[in-house]
Amino acid sequence: MRQYMIRRLLQIIPTLIGISIIVFAISAMVPGDYITAQNNPNMSKEKAAQLRQIYGLDKPVVERYFVWAGNMLKGNLGDSLSHKQPVTKVMNNYVWNSFIIAFCTLVLSWLIAVFAGVFSAKFQYSLFDKIVTLLIFICMSLPSFFIGLLLIKLFALEFKMFPVGGMTTAGINAHGWAHIVDVAKHMFLPTLVLTMLSTGSLTRYFRTSMLEVIRQDYIRTARAKGLKERTVIFKHALRNALLPAITLLGFELPALFGGAIILERVFVWPGIGQVYLESINMRDYPFMLGFTIFIAVLTLLGNLLSDVLYGVADPRIRLK
Amino acid sequence: MSLASAPLNTNVEVPKQKPDSPWRIAYRRFTRNRLALIGLFVLIMMFLICFIGPLFSPYNLYDYNLADKNQSPNARYWLGTDKFGRDILLRMMLAGRISLLVGVVATTIAVVIGATLGALSGFYKKSVDTITMRITDIIMALPTLPILIILGAVLSDLKVDPSHRIYFLMLIIGLLQWPYLSRLIRGQILTLREQEFMQATEALGLSDHRKIFRHLLPNTIPIIIVWATLSVAGAIITESALSFLGLGVVQPTPSWGNMISAANSLIDFRKRPWIWIPPGICILITVVAINLIGDALRDALDPKMKK
Repeated sequence: MRQYMIRRLLQIIPTLIGISIIVFAISAMVPGDYITAQNNPNMSKEKAAQLRQIYGLDKPVVERYFVWAGNMLKGNLGDSLSHKQPVTKVMNNYVWNSFIIAFCTLVLSWLIAVFAGVFSAKFQYSLFDKIVTLLIFICMSLPSFFIGLLLIKLFALEFKMFPVGGMTTAGINAHGWAHIVDVAKHMFLPTLVLTMLSTGSLTRYFRTSMLEVIRQDYIRTARAKGLKERTVIFKHALRNALLPAITLLGFELPALFGGAIILERVFVWPGIGQVYLESINMRDYPFMLGFTIFIAVLTLLGNLLSDVLYGVADPRIRLK
Repeated sequence: MSLASAPLNTNVEVPKQKPDSPWRIAYRRFTRNRLALIGLFVLIMMFLICFIGPLFSPYNLYDYNLADKNQSPNARYWLGTDKFGRDILLRMMLAGRISLLVGVVATTIAVVIGATLGALSGFYKKSVDTITMRITDIIMALPTLPILIILGAVLSDLKVDPSHRIYFLMLIIGLLQWPYLSRLIRGQILTLREQEFMQATEALGLSDHRKIFRHLLPNTIPIIIVWATLSVAGAIITESALSFLGLGVVQPTPSWGNMISAANSLIDFRKRPWIWIPPGICILITVVAINLIGDALRDALDPKMKK
């Protein structure tokens, strides 16, 4: 197992190098840089050249890549140009705002998906099953930004049930419990949209995996023993249906910390995704590059994690 | 006496009996799925309306009737007009052309690259396989949306002509999609190439080219069809999201996504829902229809996957 882990970790290295080259090359293709993106009319040519020298923007692309990659190896992602702070610090400032939404989404969507999946498998071809199946398709087909806008229009503007956007109500300065309630109100709609988006495919997964388990002999045995149907389904069947799903947890890793770029913009949520979008508009390369690599690393680690969890969950397929 | 004169009775009565070909079985399975048939109907209607509808419209894409701006739906403008007095219905149909086209072409690009490279790496294994799979690893680990956004910004900075942008967009989406298909095809080819019919092609001395494109790839067509269908849906959503951010298809070319971006202006968002809600609904029903068809195709074409 350890050998397998080490081999997998080593395999990540060339992939990461490839990713860093691609991402850097794309960013180098952009004609403008941070100085031109600021559109400052008072910027003289000499001043601009001076600033470029300070930021290291005047060097050739290849050299810039090696400087950047070398710093990254030391854990130094550089300073964000627009935030005037180290990239890691900016990420730390905003990533947790995204994390709360992503975490709530994760918990909610798994809970809903398990229940919906189990019951629609249990009552296959029933009306409930058909409705769930149709809902799964709708959830899987939602354009997130449109649903977000629609919900804001309905629940925030028409019914005034939730705030339009942001994370806290401006000027309230609430503390303690009141603060939590305020944030929760702002969180509701974005979390709802994200939950809808991720529940669809998850429910489908659980339904399929439950249908597979339910037909097996040991379930018949459990019923023959005279166990209650609830015990059969939730204790005997669900456990085995859930096991392969553990691998899906690994894939959630980048989503937990990566933020939801478009939805955060729609809901004006001060998360990492929105900051990232701004950094692209501002040509804030250190942040843009650093964060892209950060997500890529999370994706690779997530894949590794899900492979490892696969082995943990099912000893039959444990890799040597 | 030549051999040719030997009586050859070619008119032997063979009882005509159509064998159940896999395609016939798949067709029967597909048509039994009512939801999929509804999806197919909706999709065909969507294509017809978008591609033929504009011909019957009294308006023009570049008609700026400022006198009629911001009208709510009425008898003259069935779905109202936007802030330039342009007919929403016409724009929506033209936008549909673009969005559907981007989805289909991007997927075609992905299928051509993905199927070819997948087949080559499954067939030749060794270094071809290693290199291709490393590339797929890299592309699959790239965060798709951020990369698309950055590339969209690059297109804007390079001052690409708005009417050419959609071609770049198709290419970019296609280039980020193919690795997923490539993996599927490779896995399939790896098992197919060990089967007996491949020994037969070996014995016949067929060229590698013929083996791959005439004997191996045709066996993966069911997978390709299912993947491509679902991928069109994904590409339409991706395109609309990018266009919504102003980084995909840009004005004056309409696309469903950039029509929704009218909602970015508060007054349009609050007071004129007819501008941005209909295109959103179009995206939604098109994508649902495609997904329903794709799923039914999966059930129909791949009995092993059906559970």
